Order: sequence, then structure tokens, then C-alpha cells
Amino acid sequence: MNIQKFMRSKAGTFVLPFAATVMLFVVWELAVLIFKIPPFTLPSPSKIVQASIQFTPQLLAAGWRTLVTTLVGFALAIATGVVLGFSIGYSRLAYLTLYPLLVGFNTIPKVALVPLLAVWFGANEIPAILTAFLLAFFPIAVNVALGLDTVEPEMKDVLRALGATQVEVFQKVGWPHTLPYLFASLKIAASFAFVGSVISESVASNGGMGYLIVQASSSFDVPLAFAALLGLGILGIMLYGFFAVLEKYVIYWAR
Amino acid sequence: MHQPLTQSTPANLSDIDQPPLLEFDHVGLEYPFEGSMRRIIEDVNLSIKPGEFVSFVGPSGCGKTSILKMVSGLNPAPIGEIRCRGEKIKKPLKNVGIAFQNPVLLPWRTTIDNVLLPLEVVQPYKGEFKQKKAQFLDMAQELLTTVRLQDFQKQYPWQLSGGMRQRASLCRSLIHQPEILLLDEPFGALDAFTREEMWGMLQKLWMKVRCVGILITHDLREAVFLSDTVYVMGPRPSNIVHTVKINLPRPRNLEMELSDEFNHLFSEIRRHIHHN
Ligand SMILES: Nc1ncnc2c1ncn2[C@@H]1O[C@H](COP(=O)(O)OP(=O)(O)O)[C@@H](O)[C@H]1O
Ligand SMILES: [Mg+2]
Repeated sequence: MNIQKFMRSKAGTFVLPFAATVMLFVVWELAVLIFKIPPFTLPSPSKIVQASIQFTPQLLAAGWRTLVTTLVGFALAIATGVVLGFSIGYSRLAYLTLYPLLVGFNTIPKVALVPLLAVWFGANEIPAILTAFLLAFFPIAVNVALGLDTVEPEMKDVLRALGATQVEVFQKVGWPHTLPYLFASLKIAASFAFVGSVISESVASNGGMGYLIVQASSSFDVPLAFAALLGLGILGIMLYGFFAVLEKYVIYWAR
Repeated sequence: MHQPLTQSTPANLSDIDQPPLLEFDHVGLEYPFEGSMRRIIEDVNLSIKPGEFVSFVGPSGCGKTSILKMVSGLNPAPIGEIRCRGEKIKKPLKNVGIAFQNPVLLPWRTTIDNVLLPLEVVQPYKGEFKQKKAQFLDMAQELLTTVRLQDFQKQYPWQLSGGMRQRASLCRSLIHQPEILLLDEPFGALDAFTREEMWGMLQKLWMKVRCVGILITHDLREAVFLSDTVYVMGPRPSNIVHTVKINLPRPRNLEMELSDEFNHLFSEIRRHIHHN
């Protein structure tokens, strides 16, 4: 079997990452066994699986809450990001007034805002939704604006010379041209939203994966904390995968 | 709008006496440059008859692309005026087709859908696009067949070669039967063989529509091959320094390139470019 060929095949793209993951867990399991690492320092994968089974209801509830929180914040971020991106991309006034503000705002580490959000809204899901939103809308807005800005001027000329209105130029060229930029940003922004809600949950909340991890660690239930981390990993991959697949179908034409 | 295709007669329509479609009346152009205005085009006066194919040749930066922008109405003439059917051009005309050196096809559309684009934008086609889709598809297919792209209708632009893309772009610029076809160095990025092939195809397409053609090129043979009139522009600030009428019969073919008459015309233009 030709290794080069396998790496480029479809099966290779599935088998190789899977094999790498299995290898990681095997090495981890062996390391814990050989060096006799105590479970409250680093639990072995088998211990983590045990904890996952034992605490399945709690993990599912926390995971569900984090997912919903993330998605609500992310939906807000998409709406805001797209509107902002189009304003900046199309209006010189919006570009001059909003863009510096946005860039300035983006330099603030959003984690620093969580305590404030908790003071205003209480230790519940609202600060988590808002943190997810705040982290996620910026890359969307920037990419949408970039997409509009990179439409070839000749393409616009072709349409304008036909007497096309601004709206028609947008429909026929601006919007489809921006879609690949939008989708590229959605994959990133989904991960950002996810990070935002988990951070917020671990700083000030009453539920969700972040909260569960903090609770588990403070009662030295390290296997449970790791089970929650594992759950977060799975959720994150699912989110990214969803948008990656959606992208493939919607903008099949962008190589 | 359609002239009967009388290919056997000397097809130089500019010889027939009829009112011009386009008139350049003391057209000038300047751009701000280092605090003052820099004159790009000095004073251009000429007129173009319906069905005439003209070329502008001249040194780089003399304002050839700017002339196309002024005619299209994308950037109306700031000094003097250009008139279309006697009316001053102040905003984008709707009856033009444009093709550039960069074919700018839309990557999310197949070749045939790219060619159909103008029909979705220009009246009266736009209003009847849904009802007459089948007829429009036939029109697009006919054009694509003329440029031998009939087997590539369903391909996406990135699946085509540079020359094929440019052919599709030409079809797009003509599908709505424009009165004026504007071409800005359309074959500048193609190799010499492909380019000569394109001349023949462009001529064939154009002879179907018989609109006014305005071609910008720095290939003097291309200008002679395709045009009824070649305008030679001088260096900036530019004027028309020489006008050459090409009376070769149409359809022209590549053998004519070897004829004395062709070469005589070629060297006449060449001489005027060098003497400036
Ligand atoms: N938007 C613009 N602003 C300032 N100068 C311009 C602009 N567009 C073109 N020019 C100048 O006008 C001159 C003619 O440009 P162009 O018509 O593109 O020349 P050509 O197509 O003959 O090479 C050039 O010197 C260019 O620098
Ligand atoms: Mg030019």
C-alpha cells in the first residue's frame, strides 16, 4: 500500500486523525499506569470514561445548557456581525465611525467583562450568552466587510454599465462573493462563541460545562472535570464540523 | 437595430451615409495630481456611425481606458461631451456590453448562466426572464456555439482555460444585443496563437449583432484585423494624431494578414505611433 496515495485518499483523512486520537489515549493510559500518577492529578482515560458513565445525566444537562447558550450568543453574533459588516463595507460613514470603535473594542480581553456582566445580569446564562456574542461577532463583521471590499471593480463595472441598481449589484455579485468570507468566519466565530460561554460559565454562572468543571475541581473530583473537558472537546468538534459541512454544500463553487 | 448580413458587399458601414451613433465633441480629461490638475486627454473629436467597429491604439497611460469609461457613462466626460444619438452621456448607458482583459466571470455560475447574466439585469429581457427562459437559453447556446464552447455550458469558470473564459466573457457582453460593445484589451493576457483565434471569433460574434464596437488594444495587427477605423492617440496629454480607415472586406481571415494592403495599413499605424 502506497502511503502517499493513502494520505490523499478519502479514507486516509478519516482513519489517520482517528488513529492519532487512539494512540494519544493509549500512551496516556500507559503513562498513568507506569508512573503511578494519582487520579486527582491526572486521571487515566479509562477513569475518565468511568466518570462519564457515572455522571452522564449531569454531563448531558450541562452540555446541553452550554450548547444552547453558545448557539443563542452565536446567532446574535451572526445577525450583528452581518449587519455591521455590510454597513462598514457599503457605507463610508459607517466605516469611518464604526471601524475604529470596533477594533478598539476588540482589543479588550472579553474575560475581563464577565464579572461586570454578572453584576448587571446575575450569575445565570445571560452573561454567558453575551460573552459568546461579544467574542464571536467581530470576526464575522470583519470578514463580511472584507468580502464586499474584494469584489473585482471590473465585475461591478460590467453590471453598472448595464444599468444595474446598487441592489442588483449586491444580489448578483456582492452577496455571493461575500459568502465564502462569511463561512470562513463562521467556523472561527463558532469556536469563539463556545470559548466565550464556557469562560463565562466558569467565572459566574449557575450551570453549564464551565460551571461543572469549576465545581468538580473544587471538590477534587478531577475525573469528572476531565469528563466534562472531553465533552467540551466533542461539542467543539461538532460545532466546527457542522459549519465546515454546511460550507461545503453552500459554497461548493469556491475551491 | 439589426442590419441584414450582406457579407459579400464591402461591409464598411461607415461608408454609408447615416447619422453617427456616438459623437465626441471636444472631449478632454484631467485628474488631480500633486495639488493641481494634470491633463490626460487634450481634445478628442470624432464620430462613430452605427455598426462601425473602431479601435484606439496609443502609448500606455494616454487615456484609452478612460475613453471607454466615458463612453459607457461609468465616468462621464468631465470636459466637452460625448453624445449617444445626440444626447449627452451623463450616467451609465444601458445598451452597452463590456469585456475587459480580466474576463471576470462569476465563479458560482456555470458558463451558460454567466452568459445569461445581462438578461437578468437589462430591460426588456429582465421583465420576461422567467417566461422566456427557454428562448434565452437558446440565444446563449447559439453564442456559445459560435465560439465553440457548446460542450462547456455546464462547466464552472475555473474549469475553463483563459481563452475559453474570455470567449464566454465576449458572449456575455453581446447576449443582450447591445448597441455599443466596449472592449478593453480583451486578449491582452492570451498567447499569440489563442489571440489570433479570438479575432476570428470576435468578428463572427460581432457580425451577428452588428453593433458599434470600440476596441482598445496595443496589438496593431489586431486593430487592423478587426476595425473599420483605427484611431491613433498620442502621448499624454493626448489627441488623436492619426486616423486610418480599413477597407478590407469582411469576414476577414488570417490569410489577409499576409496581403500587401494589410501590411501597408499596419505600417502606416506603426509609423504614427513611433513618430510621437
Ligand atoms: N481615478 C484616477 N485618478 C487619477 N488618475 C487617474 C485615474 N484613472 C486614470 N488616471 C490616470 O489617467 C491616465 C490614463 O489612464 P488610462 O485611461 O487607464 O490609460 P490607458 O488605458 O491608455 O493606459 C493615467 O496616467 C492614469 O494615471
Ligand atoms: Mg488601459
